[in-house]
Amino acid sequence: MSLFEKFRPIQQAREELLTNGINPFHLTIEKILSPTEAIINGRSTILVGTNNYLGLTFYPDCIEAGQKALAQEGTGTTGSRMANGSFLSHFKLEQAIADFYELPHAIVFSTGYQANLGILSALAGPGDVILLDGDSHASIYDGCRLGGAEIIRFKHNDVADLEKRLRRLGEKSQKTLIVVEGIYSMLGDRAPLAEIVAIKKQFGATLVVDEAHSLGVLGHNSRGLVEEVGVEQEVDCIVGTFSKSLGSTGGFAVSHHPEFELIRYTSRPYIFTASSCPSVVATTKAALHIIQTHPQLRKQLWDNANQLYEGLQKAGYLLGAEVGPIIAAMIPTKEMALSMWQGLLEQGVYVNLMIPPATPNGECLLRCSVSAAHTAEQLTHICKTFSNLKEQYLPSTSVA
Amino acid sequence: MTTYADILPQLLETLKPFAKKIGGLKETTDLVSELGLDSLQVMQVLLKIEDQFDISIPLNNLPNIRTVKDLGQEIENLLKG
Repeated sequence: MSLFEKFRPIQQAREELLTNGINPFHLTIEKILSPTEAIINGRSTILVGTNNYLGLTFYPDCIEAGQKALAQEGTGTTGSRMANGSFLSHFKLEQAIADFYELPHAIVFSTGYQANLGILSALAGPGDVILLDGDSHASIYDGCRLGGAEIIRFKHNDVADLEKRLRRLGEKSQKTLIVVEGIYSMLGDRAPLAEIVAIKKQFGATLVVDEAHSLGVLGHNSRGLVEEVGVEQEVDCIVGTFSKSLGSTGGFAVSHHPEFELIRYTSRPYIFTASSCPSVVATTKAALHIIQTHPQLRKQLWDNANQLYEGLQKAGYLLGAEVGPIIAAMIPTKEMALSMWQGLLEQGVYVNLMIPPATPNGECLLRCSVSAAHTAEQLTHICKTFSNLKEQYLPSTSVA
Repeated sequence: MTTYADILPQLLETLKPFAKKIGGLKETTDLVSELGLDSLQVMQVLLKIEDQFDISIPLNNLPNIRTVKDLGQEIENLLKG
């Protein structure tokens, strides 16, 4: 039997999709026009599934910074930071991130995925325990596995379950890493962070918060949920990505722990990978500056999130969580979700199709991610299209 | 000390509602292929069993748990500490 035999169920699932003329997991964006618009299948399409929360991908300052770095520092670094040296711009970006968080230590990784791999695998190894929220992103699960720690999952956002599992660990709770996210990517709900911090302190555990979807979105200075809840001194490490609000590629981690810098010497995803290319570092740093100097972008994002949430709710959709930049419409069946996803695309609206096993509780979701760059007209069109589809697929019923 | 012999009847009782289709449970019953549980149902069953025995089953150990007996032995090991 060939090693490739294991792909047969995937092949079957893919063929099923293609028979229906749909392959939502192999979409081609033929031409990107702006943070919120592209040509897909030859049609002008509003993008509402990009995680481009602040709409910075075409921001003039960011593009100028990237072009300048490209011309002055070249196309790539051609090596890892450990073996081939860091560019000065890598350290300057780390300093800018540390300053942004008002924390002493920051480490930059080549992707957000690698940031989780690098930090989690370095912090918790054999003999340690990781307690992670059940709805955590795949990069968190993979990072936990890479380190070799014992991995225990607690019920999503269930503080009582977390407490119970810490109690079961006895003395080992002090060698336990708790991992949660600021905003969860599927339904857009937030971690009950104040309560989690209290439990973490009670048991003497260590806490990592992944702010991938909350950086630029929450907090007075746009730092994320940790800032919004006011627990910056209690959280041991914040992990984040450049590929959402900052409109770039890469990841980072910040901490107040003096030993944090030593992670550079132990983290394989930091050591054994090519460092971020100079243009990416430059656009990220420019975007970070924009976040700090343009708080109106965050306000616009929330205004837009409110408009879309209200519009979809009014159209009769059951939505996944409180108002926020991730708005997930829950659809009763996979077949219906697929058809509706295609219907949206045919009417010029691109959202994310999320189906099991990638979703919590086996939900089928049409997930929208709102951007500050969406215009009121675009949001109105999105709501109208969703509303038309509801009439078409679920007349006179509430989607539930 | 709780032994496998003590655990097995409790475990069979907990799993009984999930075994209606196959008529009966044995130590050798495969939890996934015979009970036909999907990954979500497996996690729900495990949560129930974890609370029942006041244990946490590490995700690292799950690939080794195929049968009712495997699960019983895992519970015994975790209760031993």
